[in-house]
Amino acid sequence: MFNTIRNGILALAVLATTALSGQASAETLINGAGATFPYPLYSKWFAEYAKVDPTVKFNYQSIGSGGGIKQITAQTVDFGASDKFLSDEELKAAPGKLLHIPTVMGAVVVTYNIPGVPKGLKLSSEDVADIFLGKITKWNDPKISNDNPGVKLPDKPIIVVHRSDGSGTTSIFTDYLSGVSAEWAQKVGKGASVKWPIGLGGKGNEGVAGQVKTTGYTIGYVELAYAFENKLPYASLKNKSGTFVEPTIKSTSAAAAAAAKNMPADYRISLVNQPGKDAYPIVGFTWLLIYEQQKDKTKGKKMVEFLNWELKKGQKMASAILYAPLPENVAKMVEKTIKSIKY
Amino acid sequence: MPSDAETRRWKLERGVSGDYIFKGVTVLFAFSILVILLLMIFEMVGESLPSMRKFGWGFIAGREWDAVQGIFGALPYIYGSVVSSILALLIATPLSVATAVFITELAPNKFGGTVAALVELLAAIPSVIYGLWGVLVMAPWLQKTVQPFLMDHLGFLPFFKGAPYGVSMLAAVFILVIMVLPIITSITKEVLLAVPQSQKEAAIALGATRWEMIRMAVLPYGRSGILGAVILGLGRAVGETMAVTMVIGNNPQISLSLLSPAYTMPSVIANEFAETTSTLHASALMEIGLILLVVTLIINALARLLLWSVTRERKGGSRG
Repeated sequence: MFNTIRNGILALAVLATTALSGQASAETLINGAGATFPYPLYSKWFAEYAKVDPTVKFNYQSIGSGGGIKQITAQTVDFGASDKFLSDEELKAAPGKLLHIPTVMGAVVVTYNIPGVPKGLKLSSEDVADIFLGKITKWNDPKISNDNPGVKLPDKPIIVVHRSDGSGTTSIFTDYLSGVSAEWAQKVGKGASVKWPIGLGGKGNEGVAGQVKTTGYTIGYVELAYAFENKLPYASLKNKSGTFVEPTIKSTSAAAAAAAKNMPADYRISLVNQPGKDAYPIVGFTWLLIYEQQKDKTKGKKMVEFLNWELKKGQKMASAILYAPLPENVAKMVEKTIKSIKY
Repeated sequence: MPSDAETRRWKLERGVSGDYIFKGVTVLFAFSILVILLLMIFEMVGESLPSMRKFGWGFIAGREWDAVQGIFGALPYIYGSVVSSILALLIATPLSVATAVFITELAPNKFGGTVAALVELLAAIPSVIYGLWGVLVMAPWLQKTVQPFLMDHLGFLPFFKGAPYGVSMLAAVFILVIMVLPIITSITKEVLLAVPQSQKEAAIALGATRWEMIRMAVLPYGRSGILGAVILGLGRAVGETMAVTMVIGNNPQISLSLLSPAYTMPSVIANEFAETTSTLHASALMEIGLILLVVTLIINALARLLLWSVTRERKGGSRG
């Protein structure tokens, strides 16, 4: 009696497992992890791509660039994603040749809150560095007011707000400051978290924006998309060619177009302070990290198909959700790189 | 009458074997907590070894924290955690005890119940909500009204010097007060409810006023329980991460002024761990976690010592 019941249960269990595994084999699951900044775009891409190829499913965890690099190096995911490129040592630590595939670009904007001064403040890059170094302390400093004729700047101390959490945004911003100020490069340097000379730390874009919004006479930096969505006032910055450039999707893409001439084959390049009249100075790539030699044939094939789709169709969706698409000359280079993936 | 052997067999088959199982299960569960704690310490010590080797004891005394240069020192974070928690408790304890006394002894029944329910509701609010409220509502209010007032009237003290930023040590203390208040209040309330009616009646019979009754009969009876409530509140204050991170200003400096920004141990871990730039950086954050654990243990031990001395000195007193 008991035996019959037990056998029945066993049979059911076997049936259930076969049914489940049967379903799983029909669908390729590709796992990825990394940067939080491109997450909204990537999840849109994966959702759209599911309609193009229903047999592949992407699972992306936005755990931060550092985590993405760690996981792809440990091969616990099929692809990584990062806002910063890997150093030579990090590349050596990986068990195979890792490719950087740039997907889109992001920009960082300088936002501020000066009662009585609406948007459109102009700042030279040296002044931005001096403000964050604590050398320019008042809003009516002649260095600032000379760039803003006709704007009445108040005689008030500048309150600096920066990110307190480690982030790619800080990484790009400090990279930019290191490029325009020798003193910054020497005293502070660049990185996801740095030792800030002055200022208040806010957690995340929302923390910085919250403090800037609610406190007068503040200055801070946030992602372009975040600033646009929340209608924060932003400053036009003087770029390498000496023009004041407003942060836009177009001026962000222009930075990469200007860099295309010197683009290294592995795309490990910082896009801050690029030459070119229209290039906004605080711009960075975000990359997917993929092994050149794919272990799993099906996964490798599906991944390459997705990358080609992303480069053609996916790019067109980027600017609608405030990411700057790759300029054409860079996209052509990336197409070749994708062809080099072996599976 | 059953023989001895029969009784033994009966016990073995029924009650005693059940007792053994019950005892075994509880011992297993009780020790599993200990094992988890030990494993945690073991793992954290292992992970913090690179930082321990590099900085030694200097890590605790160091004031520099520079991920780019790879120099790490924990003192500003330890200072921020200890000072914010202790100040919060200094404010929250009298408030909570007074609230509990009001609910149990003074308020009309229904009203007291409503107040108690509302206070307990405060405990159910997630800390990120407190943090958002803190940074969007409380910090601007502090900046525009409270901090200028303190600077004008108490500015001669070193505690109220500097510029009003809103986000500051003061903001963190205020947020923590609101967050530990419901814990201390509701436990104190339960403790005070346990005071025997006869004890209170005796005090009244001796001609005590209501205040004297509370002071001499109710509070001494619940002293150890109230202290326990404060310890629990302290635990919450030391470990609170999200809300504090959002309002403390995250600047690793040691300043006497309550108006300047500060930093706490849980905050720096939450802020930097996801994007550590090097093994040493991750290791230094692990060591901060270890120090946080040790600081909590020390505070707990001190509180237990206090509890022990308080209960011992009252032996044979009013309680007996």
